[in-house]
Amino acid sequence: MPEGLASFRHGVHPVEHKAPTRALAIQRVPFVERYLLPLAQHLGAPSRATVSEGRRVLRGQPIAQPGGFVSTCLHAPVTGTVLRVGPRQLPNGGIGSCIVIEADSFDPQRLPPGLPTDWRRLSLQQLVEGVRDAGIVGLGGAAFPTHVKYRLPQGRRIHTLVINGAECEPWLSCDHRLMLERGRAIAQGVRIVASRLEVERVIVGIEANKLDALASMQAAFRGLQGCPPVQVAACQVKYPQGAEKMLVHALTGVQVPGGKLPLHVGMVVNNVGTMAAISDWFHQGQPLIERVVTVAGPGVSEPANLLVPLGTPVRALLEACGGVHPDARLVIMGGPMMGQPLADLDLPVVKGTSGVLVFREQDLLPDAAWACIRCGRCLEACACFLNPSLLGRLARVGRWKDMEQQHLADCMECGACSFTCPSRILLVQQFRVAKAHLRRLAALQQRGGEA
Amino acid sequence: MSPRDSGLQLRSSPHARAAVDTPQIMRMVVLALAPALLAAIFFFGVAAVAVVAGSVAGCLATEAFFAPAGTRGASLKDWSALLTGLLLGLTLPPAFPIWMAFLGGVAAIGLGKVVWGGLGHNLFNPALVGRAFLQAAFPKVITTWAPVGGHDLSVYASNLALPFMKAPVDAISAATPLGDLKFQGNVTDLSDLFLGSTAGSLGETSSALLLLGGIYLLWRRAFDWRIPVSILLAVVVFSTLAWLVGPEGYPSPWFMLCSGGLMLGAIFMATDPVSSPMSPAGTWIYGVGIGLLVVLIRLWGGLPEGVMYAILLMNAATPLINRAARSAPFGRGRGVPQGDQP
Repeated sequence: MPEGLASFRHGVHPVEHKAPTRALAIQRVPFVERYLLPLAQHLGAPSRATVSEGRRVLRGQPIAQPGGFVSTCLHAPVTGTVLRVGPRQLPNGGIGSCIVIEADSFDPQRLPPGLPTDWRRLSLQQLVEGVRDAGIVGLGGAAFPTHVKYRLPQGRRIHTLVINGAECEPWLSCDHRLMLERGRAIAQGVRIVASRLEVERVIVGIEANKLDALASMQAAFRGLQGCPPVQVAACQVKYPQGAEKMLVHALTGVQVPGGKLPLHVGMVVNNVGTMAAISDWFHQGQPLIERVVTVAGPGVSEPANLLVPLGTPVRALLEACGGVHPDARLVIMGGPMMGQPLADLDLPVVKGTSGVLVFREQDLLPDAAWACIRCGRCLEACACFLNPSLLGRLARVGRWKDMEQQHLADCMECGACSFTCPSRILLVQQFRVAKAHLRRLAALQQRGGEA
Repeated sequence: MSPRDSGLQLRSSPHARAAVDTPQIMRMVVLALAPALLAAIFFFGVAAVAVVAGSVAGCLATEAFFAPAGTRGASLKDWSALLTGLLLGLTLPPAFPIWMAFLGGVAAIGLGKVVWGGLGHNLFNPALVGRAFLQAAFPKVITTWAPVGGHDLSVYASNLALPFMKAPVDAISAATPLGDLKFQGNVTDLSDLFLGSTAGSLGETSSALLLLGGIYLLWRRAFDWRIPVSILLAVVVFSTLAWLVGPEGYPSPWFMLCSGGLMLGAIFMATDPVSSPMSPAGTWIYGVGIGLLVVLIRLWGGLPEGVMYAILLMNAATPLINRAARSAPFGRGRGVPQGDQP
């Protein structure tokens, strides 16, 4: 590994904007009347509802079961009554099945005491089942069901557990606060996973703009029994440092082969929030029913880091932060580089929601104003070493198959190319369209093959 | 207070953008050319302004004339046509007729850019296409060099030649350092070359001020520094080899570096993003290629100067270089084992 801060090659340096929220302690958001819980708030198959309309549910009680192998459980975030089970608009713009729960306003909303598990006696199989039963997914934003990562194919083992505390998206500080305030819980989660997977080492990667979190995590691991050697490493402040493959490369020097998972090189990458959720389940019996969300941006009166029950409407979060600026034009869920814009503020916080950011008209730069001048800035931004300029030109004329040949599938849509483009071309948007076309083509081909 | 939800924008991520945009890059290059333009005015007087104004006018008029219906003038706002005109003007001799400079601007935008599909689509540097056109059309006039000084507020008589009439030629003419070397065997003093008090095209005489512009572009990250560095390095290396073999027959590498259009070409022409390769590896191949061609043409070619043709030839090779100098995607390189790992 090179001297100095760990990093990957290429990438961009957006303005960080962490100052408004980095010093704000996590606060619990007040309970609201209604909670909207999409059954597809993770990658993979949607969960299957196990409750019906009119049924009374308790806070933390399972309300949906995994709908497949790559899927997970869902729990009631509050004690109350199931109002509806049916299709609703989802934050990503699609329509999907949701469970609506009306909170019992007289209930103290205390979590029924769960049974702590003795982690030393867990088998790997029990870890996998426990993480699935707790509904835990990657809390960094992608929301991939975590238990799937621990289910190892025959003959494969994991030697390194990489913990992602990079938090490279501008504006967000939810992971930063978690590392400062719940370092011990994160460390305990790491101990459970690392000891059950029997890894040889743990590396925690944290961007060098939060050295206090680095110190906090080092302290949290000090004197922790039963955990393999842990290295807490500072990474260069560069986007997308928190991308799974970039972080693995930065911390270990190993490149995960194209189209493969870190599992392929004997590693698993988990977010710090995911580790805290695992600790909460095995030590306190609390499933994933709430998460930390950073509410910030120039359009928010009082930015905050909030502990939010899943299903809380974004509107309630914004109201808890003193409301939004009258000129607010763009509300995004997630960070500014990969987050999704919301058309409706009644859409709920889901498991993958790391932030809610509000921007005003004057904060937004106009799009797609000029032709590509082939300056090559996007080539030096792309951490996947693709040629976004060439892909963009192919996309304009609909040459989807040629884009596939240029490894479009390797693109993780991090947005570094669009960010850096001086002609403000919507490269990532074009790539998403191309991927959708290719998926449709593949589906058509498959259908043709069957006929 | 919550906003009307219907007023919310839906747009694709990323929502953050780098501050620098394409017109700003063009403006920075124009600004970087300012010292060289001021030097041209200092050495050649008002004639410099007249010639540059002629080529800029030709470029802007052509850009506006060929704009798609309903968008006339819109593409002028990206500053690229102005930059092309300025670059073309700086490659012309001080006593060049203004109407020819205008015609050169028409050719630069018309043949160098519009026929390819506009900004971003041309294969060759438009300013050099314009100059190549003038070289072919008016080979004598474009190699008639006025000496430095003596024309502070007046222009040369030939500047004001009427279109398509026989140009009156100024009685006094001078040789450029490269011409002097090639045809007379005289070597110009290095300090004159570096500061620019020699005969030559308007913008090419002062290496020092062109370098100053280059340093500004480097500081603003407005160009790919690898291109000028690789061109200049290649020129030094190849001309040193020739010089070591025969110090009497060949000029010193420092003379090669500071004479003719090399600095202007390396810093401002070859770095045109549209017509140069995109990947870092590609830019090195491109730069070394230009440097090699410059030395070959200057030392063994029939012309005293070869920067223009060297750049145009490597422009032609750019699509091939882009193909050849592709980097493997992350995790697909030769050093990454693709098979199953235990």
